[in-house]
Amino acid sequence: MVTLNVNGKAQQVDAAPDTPLLWALRDVLGLTGTKFGCGMALCGACTVHLDGQPTRACITPISAVAQRKVTTIEAIGADRVGKAVQTAWIEVGVPQCGYCQAGQIMSATALLKQNPKPTDADIDAAMGGNICRCGTYSRIRAAIQRVAGQKGATQ
Amino acid sequence: MSARRDSTTSAPSHMRSDSILLANVSRRSFLAGVSAFGGLVLAVGFPAALRAADPPKYGRDGMDDGWVDDPLVFVAIGEDGTVTIVCHRSEMGQGVRTGMPMIVADELEADWKRVRVAQAPGDQKRFGNQDTDGSRSTRHFFEPMRRCGAAARTMLEAAAAARWGVPAGEVEAQNHEVVHRASGRRLGYGALAKDAAKLPVPSRDTVKLKDPSRFRYIGKGNLKLLDAPDIVRGKAQYGIDTRLPGMLYAVVARPPVYGGKVAKYDAAEALKVPGVVKVVEIESSPPPAEFNPLGGVAVIARNTWAAIKGRQALKLEWNDGPNREYDSAAFKGTLEQSARKPGKVVRNEGDFDGAMAGAARRLEAEYYIPHLAHVTMEPPAATVRIANGKCEAWGCIQSPQAARDRIAKRLGMQAADVKVNVTLLGGGFGRKSKPDFMIEAAVLSKAMGGAPVKVTWTREDDLHNSYYHTVSVEHLEAGVDAQGKPVAWLHRTVAPTIISTFNPEAKNEAPFELGMTAINIPFVIPNLRIENPDATAHTRIGWFRSVSNIPHAFAVQSFVAELAAAAGRDPKDFLLELIGPARRIDPRTLGDTWNHGEDPDRYPLDTGRMRRVVETAAREAGWGSKALPKGRGQGVAVAYTFVTYVAAVVEAAVDDKGALTIPRVDIAVDCGAQVNPERVRAQLQGACVMGVSLATKEEISYKAGRVEQDNYNAYEITRIDAAPREIRVHLLPGDFNAPLGGVGEPGVPPIAPALCNAIFAATGKRIRRLPIRDQLKA
Repeated sequence: MVTLNVNGKAQQVDAAPDTPLLWALRDVLGLTGTKFGCGMALCGACTVHLDGQPTRACITPISAVAQRKVTTIEAIGADRVGKAVQTAWIEVGVPQCGYCQAGQIMSATALLKQNPKPTDADIDAAMGGNICRCGTYSRIRAAIQRVAGQKGATQ
Repeated sequence: MSARRDSTTSAPSHMRSDSILLANVSRRSFLAGVSAFGGLVLAVGFPAALRAADPPKYGRDGMDDGWVDDPLVFVAIGEDGTVTIVCHRSEMGQGVRTGMPMIVADELEADWKRVRVAQAPGDQKRFGNQDTDGSRSTRHFFEPMRRCGAAARTMLEAAAAARWGVPAGEVEAQNHEVVHRASGRRLGYGALAKDAAKLPVPSRDTVKLKDPSRFRYIGKGNLKLLDAPDIVRGKAQYGIDTRLPGMLYAVVARPPVYGGKVAKYDAAEALKVPGVVKVVEIESSPPPAEFNPLGGVAVIARNTWAAIKGRQALKLEWNDGPNREYDSAAFKGTLEQSARKPGKVVRNEGDFDGAMAGAARRLEAEYYIPHLAHVTMEPPAATVRIANGKCEAWGCIQSPQAARDRIAKRLGMQAADVKVNVTLLGGGFGRKSKPDFMIEAAVLSKAMGGAPVKVTWTREDDLHNSYYHTVSVEHLEAGVDAQGKPVAWLHRTVAPTIISTFNPEAKNEAPFELGMTAINIPFVIPNLRIENPDATAHTRIGWFRSVSNIPHAFAVQSFVAELAAAAGRDPKDFLLELIGPARRIDPRTLGDTWNHGEDPDRYPLDTGRMRRVVETAAREAGWGSKALPKGRGQGVAVAYTFVTYVAAVVEAAVDDKGALTIPRVDIAVDCGAQVNPERVRAQLQGACVMGVSLATKEEISYKAGRVEQDNYNAYEITRIDAAPREIRVHLLPGDFNAPLGGVGEPGVPPIAPALCNAIFAATGKRIRRLPIRDQLKA
């Protein structure tokens, strides 16, 4: 039994300590918004925030996160930047199938919290780990720039 | 039309739990005895019994179970005024759950804010064809869905007129209410629903459709994607997200070679992994694979991770079978040998050999496109439970009726006792039109006494056991006159056919493959021969977004640019000359008997439209009008696919070290009128990225019958940094009263040739083998 702090709540997880955070969230806690894509930190679909840092949940064992704050897509809207990113995603019409977008939003939110006015190169660097097979990249970039251009959205 | 909750709708689907699937108790009893389907299916698209003398059926009429336009099947209105519209096609990113209900809502004069969408389970007798593939949903169902909404609107108007005792002609539906023009009286849809439900559905020929000038949603692009709010909050439900009480989690070790099977296995160590419940062998299905599971050994556990670890602990030995030698590098040579010898002639005009002999110059080129994998971001995943003689399944499936029928067959049940719920699909691209993964879940649920079992494919499973895009060698020859104008054209296309997945003897491309820009090219060349030598499949071949158009368009559009270069001509002008003057060509005269399943009279190949997209893309891209710096170039390509015309102009930049970037792509699209232009743009932008990805990075290769790529590190796809920086989509206007074209797939085929033509313009280097990868490195 491992105790996790997920979205501000302490949660008991009955799973082996080597269980990746991804599967603990999805299968044990029922938080299915965090997606499985590759299991090897190659696609970014499973991105969560660990103490505010974007982290691939698929290779992060629950034993390594017991003392840390996990934030998932289900709760990122409680953050001002996260909320702005979600809104921009809808306004710009980013999602197609939508499967990767939870991870994209978590990466984009982390980027904008750290760097409110990212350049194209900053966006490439921060978002390069998140694959979108539908090819929504140009709208992802536009949505990030939209948030960056909004007064007060990231400050 | 009083709403009610459909008791057969189960909670874990991605519908809201309080959603309504179908109306309507009063109509159901009113019609009892009229129809074999409980009074619900009034208007099936074609008579059940077809006579031999019937003319060929095209388009939606030719699809299994045709179409349905009955408002009682698709529309329910609650007394609170909530309108529920059923979407019977699968959502995989193309926006069909927004677009299709939008059509109904528009004709219904419904306020979109008060519309909810319910996803139909697999039931084609009730809903019409549900195979969400072939870029067909909107083009096949635009008219039936319009009639559906218009019929429901007519019933509401009739109910209001009766309530007020005025002629129906004096009332009009407007934005969720019916208005009596003379008196200004108004009644909302909720207040009219019950009365309307008692009225007969008006016959098809009396239903009056809106004039397109009065559309409020269709063609406007003013509605946001229906599922976007759930998607951005992590609430959207995909096939992999299904959770049921007591559910078990399975992963399967499948034969690594197509046609292989388990020789022996030892589950002892797997069973020691904490959380592993059981190890179950799934019987293999000898080729042809069809839609059957490949078989193998399943590990069933309390969570996915335990199942994955359990699978790692299995001791497995395989009998690899007849494809154990499959080696894609060697197979390339086999295909090349075939491509250099005459093969089955599939189109022949004039005298190719004679014209070649007399040509001023002869050119030849061979193009290679490897196997590809869809790698949908959501791998295949499905959940099944069996209880009380009923089976219920949830999955990310493009073909829910096929899933239903195949599950029933495998379990020895009646299809009526199997319900297939369609979740959102985290990408489809043709992979999820095969229900093999859903049948696996059914087999495993049965093995667990009916307990709910979710099967999740890992990314490795997805790459190792897919239904792959074919591999091909395209051999082209041309003879040109003294001015460089082609007088003779030979195209030999050699590729294992998708039919091989159903009939292992099949060695030639089917009409539907040849009709994807191999034989149906409208070029003005007097002597032309197209051949299709044999090719044998050694893996599961399946549909992949835009299918055989990928290799055919790559070869044909690259070769045209090669001929232009040899003639010292502008590639765009040369292409337009080959297309020739604007004319409407009966595809049958090109040897294309398939025509994407559409009526050749309604859908001729219109070279005027083809010219227009080329001209539009070129103009918008500033073709020939801007001075590009060294290392930059533009390339153009056009493809007529899924009865839609798409031209692309790609601008490529190659630096001194051979690094490729794509600053800009201009895409011109003529798909007829656009129901949801905003999503059409999105589809074309996405298809462009997929085209760039397969052109630059993607390849499935085989050694000893096994796929060599395990995950996204080996099967690379384009990421944000390498995606075109700017993708501009130019939509040509269309007429809502004219036939529509497809949208989901047609954006892919022109991208790879336009890119390679741009690279040639930038560097003088001609790419004939995909993927490009490091071929540009200095």
